[in-house]
Amino acid sequence: MTIYLDHAATTPLRPEVLEAMLPYLTEHFGNPSSLHASGRRARQGLDEAREKVATILGARPREIVFTGGGSESDNLAIKGAAWAASARGRHIVTSSVEHHAVLNTCAMLERQGFEVTYLPVDRYGRVDPDQLAEALTDHTTVVSIMYANNEVGTIQPIAEIGAICRQRGVLFHTDAVQAGGFLPLHVDRLGVDLMSLGAHKLYGPKGVGALYIRQGTALLPQAQGGSQERQRRAGTENVAGIAGFGHALELAQGDTAARDADNIRLAALRDQLSSGLLQIAGTVLTGHPTERLPNSSSLLLDGLEGGDLVAALDLEGVEVSTGSACTSGSTEPSHVLLAMGIDPLRAHGSLRLTPGRGTTEADIARTIELASAVVARMREAVPAPASQ
Amino acid sequence: MSRIVAAMSGGVDSSVAAALLAGETRQSGGDEVIGVWMRLHPDGGEGFEQRRSCCSPDAHDDARRVAQLLGIPFFALNLEERFGERVIDAFADAYLAGSTPNPCQACNQYIKFDELLRRGLAAYGADHVATGHYARVEQRDGRWRLLRAADADKDQTYFLWVLDQDQLAHTRFPLGELTKPEVRGIATQLGLPTADKPESQEICFVPAGDYRELLAERRGYLGEPGPIVDVSGARLGTHTGYAHYTVGQRHGLGVAAGSPLYVRSIDAATNTVVVGARDEIASRRFVVEGRRFVAGDPPADRFRASVRIRHRGGEADCEVAVLGDDRLLIETDSPVWAPAAGQAAVLYNGDECLGGGRIARAA
Repeated sequence: MTIYLDHAATTPLRPEVLEAMLPYLTEHFGNPSSLHASGRRARQGLDEAREKVATILGARPREIVFTGGGSESDNLAIKGAAWAASARGRHIVTSSVEHHAVLNTCAMLERQGFEVTYLPVDRYGRVDPDQLAEALTDHTTVVSIMYANNEVGTIQPIAEIGAICRQRGVLFHTDAVQAGGFLPLHVDRLGVDLMSLGAHKLYGPKGVGALYIRQGTALLPQAQGGSQERQRRAGTENVAGIAGFGHALELAQGDTAARDADNIRLAALRDQLSSGLLQIAGTVLTGHPTERLPNSSSLLLDGLEGGDLVAALDLEGVEVSTGSACTSGSTEPSHVLLAMGIDPLRAHGSLRLTPGRGTTEADIARTIELASAVVARMREAVPAPASQ
Repeated sequence: MSRIVAAMSGGVDSSVAAALLAGETRQSGGDEVIGVWMRLHPDGGEGFEQRRSCCSPDAHDDARRVAQLLGIPFFALNLEERFGERVIDAFADAYLAGSTPNPCQACNQYIKFDELLRRGLAAYGADHVATGHYARVEQRDGRWRLLRAADADKDQTYFLWVLDQDQLAHTRFPLGELTKPEVRGIATQLGLPTADKPESQEICFVPAGDYRELLAERRGYLGEPGPIVDVSGARLGTHTGYAHYTVGQRHGLGVAAGSPLYVRSIDAATNTVVVGARDEIASRRFVVEGRRFVAGDPPADRFRASVRIRHRGGEADCEVAVLGDDRLLIETDSPVWAPAAGQAAVLYNGDECLGGGRIARAA
């Protein structure tokens, strides 16, 4: 049986979520903008999902825009807010460990004349709020700092940053795609104006996400067309996906006591995994020792190529990642690890293991056993067949 | 169950090689086949004919599709850095030294049967690497032999003579007994998307066969004009830089003469290109250096063999004498055309590829 330890890349759809989606793929096929009964039924699904998401976020339904996923939410938030405020200023502050959906969006804005400050992080991958405060200028309009890192799981001091931004009158966006299934999402307590979420990281379907937009926040839409989503995101809504997302988020976050219990169980598996793998010589943990997502174990293995290790474990039936699904197959070492001050050569040996709802202690024990054997084989390595 | 790594370029040959192995596994429980596509150089972008390169995104897509159809695991391996050093830079350096490079041999020697083999053994726990080369490997009398392919037209042992016992022990060539039309037939029969792909002839990392830009990029060589002279030293014209020329080249010299002229030799030190008429650039005697034998040692101090100095080109019977511990003196029964410094001289005994060396600069 395959042991899937890559829940940070994506998660399986929960059966209850599939159930919630199926009516909208079959009998309730209507277009939510249609005036007739079929349209109204679809609209009901959309409204219900929006209410569920709003409730979890402590927001109003009208502040939720559904999108095609986390990356689109990031694009809409940053480009939309930056352009809408561009008459006041053209300076954006972000961090050097953001997801590429944020970094490449900022890079695009730089090419269009915006100035972007990429804040450094400490060796655990954390942004220093004081440094962030110092980086703000009279021209700063948007700050974008992720809630938790997708590669190493480090959690950022979002509430602190939110307070600074509010005090300085700067919009604060957070990419909460990785954190969405685990951490509190109450937007007022976090002090965020814009928050990106994705469904497939929390046992929902792929291709759907949301952007929270605090009421009164000016945003330039990035897709023109019909008046869907209050003219903030044109295009007929992915009703089934949105219904699935709403249900998945409710299942993950609706009962905070249950969520916290799940987190404790996951964190125990994570720690079992990390401490088992740290028994392998030349292995160190990356990311913050405690301020990290409950499902995220990330490591460096000396002298090994992460990609080889992923392939080797895959052939033994264990599915893990080098860091992020998006950079698989590239030779570039992770920008996150480099920003944390890790030597580029060592950064090649990165491995990320992210257990999930279906993971058992036996899975973890088996993984540790297989990883130790595979690493031993790779380190033993076969001397180079005659090369001169 | 043991495992075998199938190198898959996205071309028809390696696709069929992988398919044959996967078929064996299905029928008789052979090795578990693991498809690996290697990214060896940047796919270029502008001006690069992506369709024909094994490192284009299209080639990656094709290899992946074939692996999916065969139902085998598939990984992409990025070996750009090592390929850049061992193959592309070596290619540029050969030209800068006034010699002829052997990129396909270097790729086999340092990439496919070294880096890939080692990674396959260590990381994937495989015992063998298989490629779509047309050649055969056989164990006879306790030694691994490298044999010509059944299809003499396609035989690729000229690029494989550098392999040693250790490498051959871990190598399989599933196409060795097949002809090219048979391979295409199998691809068509299996419905592989690569069945009709055109043959790639050029060097995979040189767009449209023009390597001058590569010399400029990798080594800053722009070329300075210099003399084109005949064998007596008489100046016939001007060239654009010695490294832009290859021994045996006929076109692009810009020299008008009664009979066709060919590049005979290149002197990097004096930036001189020497040309000659067809019969002036043939030779019956040359020395090779960096000798290697598949079996480990030369068969004898002096022995009869046949020699080939280019992939497509005639083979001449010859007498080989071992010189010191690195060189061989080769004397052919009939003249061979344009032996060029740096070029591989590969020795055969009947069907068996014995090894060879690189042609040394004439003393």
